[in-house]
Amino acid sequence: MTKYTFSEKQDTRSGFGAGLLELGRTNPKVVALCADLTGSLKMGDFKKEFPDRFFQVGIAEANMMGLAAGMSISGLIPFTGTFANFSTGRVYDQIRQSIAYSEKNVKICASHAGVTLGEDGATHQILEDLGMMRMLPNMTVINPCDFNQTKAATIAIADYHGPVYLRFGRPKVPIFTPEDQKFEVGKAVRFTEGNDVSIFATGHLLWHAIEAEARLADRGISAEVINIHTIKPLDETAILESISKTKCAVTAEEHQLNGGLGDSIAQLLARYQPTPQEMVAVNDQFGESGKPAELMEKYGLSTGDIFDSVLKVIERK
Amino acid sequence: MNETTQDTRTSKIEELSNISSQVRRDIVRMVHACQSGHPGASLGCTDFFVALYFHYLKHNSDFNLSGEGEDMFFLSNGHISPVWYSVLARSGYFPLQELATFRKINSRLQGHPATEEGLPGIRIASGSLGQGLSVAVGAAQAKKLHQDPNTVYVLMGDGEQQEGQIWEAAMYAAHYKIDNLIATLDYNGQQIDGPVDEVMSLKNIQAKWKAFGWDVIESNGNDLSNLTAAIELAQSRTRQGKPVINIMSTEMGYGVDFMVGTHKWHGIAPNDQQLADALSQLEETLGDY
Repeated sequence: MTKYTFSEKQDTRSGFGAGLLELGRTNPKVVALCADLTGSLKMGDFKKEFPDRFFQVGIAEANMMGLAAGMSISGLIPFTGTFANFSTGRVYDQIRQSIAYSEKNVKICASHAGVTLGEDGATHQILEDLGMMRMLPNMTVINPCDFNQTKAATIAIADYHGPVYLRFGRPKVPIFTPEDQKFEVGKAVRFTEGNDVSIFATGHLLWHAIEAEARLADRGISAEVINIHTIKPLDETAILESISKTKCAVTAEEHQLNGGLGDSIAQLLARYQPTPQEMVAVNDQFGESGKPAELMEKYGLSTGDIFDSVLKVIERK
Repeated sequence: MNETTQDTRTSKIEELSNISSQVRRDIVRMVHACQSGHPGASLGCTDFFVALYFHYLKHNSDFNLSGEGEDMFFLSNGHISPVWYSVLARSGYFPLQELATFRKINSRLQGHPATEEGLPGIRIASGSLGQGLSVAVGAAQAKKLHQDPNTVYVLMGDGEQQEGQIWEAAMYAAHYKIDNLIATLDYNGQQIDGPVDEVMSLKNIQAKWKAFGWDVIESNGNDLSNLTAAIELAQSRTRQGKPVINIMSTEMGYGVDFMVGTHKWHGIAPNDQQLADALSQLEETLGDY
C-alpha cells in the first residue's frame, strides 16, 4: 500500500491564489497583473485586499509582459496571470527580450496548462509551454503537483531572484503534500524509495505516479517516485543518484514528448549515464474537447500508462 | 520672452548643437568601424538625445538601474543604439573609448542595447520592435506606486507603430492615467523596405494617438529651438491625467547630406570615402573618441 493518501481535492490554481494572497500580506514589493482572467487564476482575493497593487491589463498579454518587465526595474516583483497558452506561445518574443534576456525579476504564472483544461479544447490546451520556457536562458521553470505545493512554490519564487515560469492547472486534484512544506527551487522531492525503477513525474502526473507505484508494489515491483517540480534547473544529482540504483527510468508529464521533462532527463542521462527510459507524454498531437479524466486517458497520461511503461522499461534493462 | 531669457536660450541651443555635431561624428565613425549598424535614424534623432541627456533628463551617470529618484529613459527602437551609446558615453556613463567596440566581439555595446554585460545607462534590452512603450509604461506605473515624482521618457520609431503591442500599451497608459510619461515618436517617414507610406501607411497618426486618449504635441526634431520648446511643452503637460506624446518629425540621416531623407541609409555603413565625406560635414567640437 502507498503511504500517500488524500482526503481533499483542490485545484492547483487555487494554491497559486492562496500563495499570492499570502505574499500580498508579507511582501510589499509583490504586485500582480492579470489579462482578464482574474477569476480563473484565483487572483480575486489579492485584488480585493490589495487593489493598489493589482493591475487589470485587459486582453493584452504582450503589453502585460512588457509592463511587468518595466515594473520590475524599480524593485517591484510582478506576478503575471493568464492561461499557460497566453503566458508563453502568444508572448514568447516579449518574454525572450524584455524578461529573459534582460534578466527581469518577473514571475510568469500560468494556469490551465495541458489537456486537463478540458472542454475548451486544443486552442487553449497548451502542451508545449515547458519546452518553450526551458529553452530560454535565464528562465526557471516550475510545475508543482498539488494545491499545497503550488502555494508553497508561489511564495518561494518571490524570494528567488530572476525570471520564473510557474505552471499549474484547472481541475481539482488530490492534495497529498504537506501544508507546511518548504519549497526549494531546483530540489527534487522523493516520494517513495524503490530499487527497480525510477519514476520521474511533474505536475498533475505525480498523483498518477503514486497510484502506479501502489499497483506496481502489488506486483512485487519497487518503484522510486520522484517529484521533479522544477524542470529547470534540473536536479541532476537526485536523478543520477536514483538511476545509479534502479538502472531505468519512466518520465511522466502533461506535456508534449518533445521538449518537456522526459526530454530534459533523456538529455541528462545520454550525457552521464545512458539508461533505458520510457516517456509518458503526449506524442506530437494537439488535444481536444472533453472531460479532464477522459482526455488524460485518451492521450496516454493515465496511471495505467505509467504502470505499463514501467513494465516495458524494466524489460529493457 | 525677455532679452536675457532669449540669450540664455540661444546659448543653450548653441551648446547643444555643438554636442550634436560631435555625437554625429561618433555615430558615423562607430558604424564605419564595424561596417554595420543603423546610421540613418541615429543621425535623425541626435538632437533629441542630446537635448534630453544634456539638458532635460534628470539623471545620474553614476548609474542606478532602479532609476529611483531620477527620470528614466527607454529606447524602444533599439537599432538606433549608436546615438544612445555616444550620448551615454559623453554623459559619463562609461569610457568614450568603449565606443570603438560597438558591434564587435566581447563588447558591452551590442548591436541592439542589452543589459547582460551591465552597460551603464541601459535598463532593458530592445531591438525586437514594439516592446519599449509597454516597458516604459510599467516603469511609470511603478513610479506612481512608489510616489516617485520623476518622469519616464521613451522613444519609438515610426515603422514600429505598425506593431500591435504599441496600441495595447497606448490603451493601458490612457486607461490608468499614466501622466508621468512622455513618449516621443521619431517620425522620419522611412523604414527598411521604403517610405512608411508605401510599406504600411500610418495615415493620421496624430488622430490615432488622440483617439487613444493621449495628449499629442508635435515638433521638429532637427530644429533645436523648436525641439527644446516642444520638450518643455511636453513636460508642462505631464501630471494632467493623460500620457503625453511628442510626434517629432525628423530627417533620417540629418547632418550628412548624402544620407538625408532616404531609407537607403537605414541600415548600412559608410565606406572609407563616404566616412571622410561625412566627417568633413561635421565639426569635431569635443574631440573624437
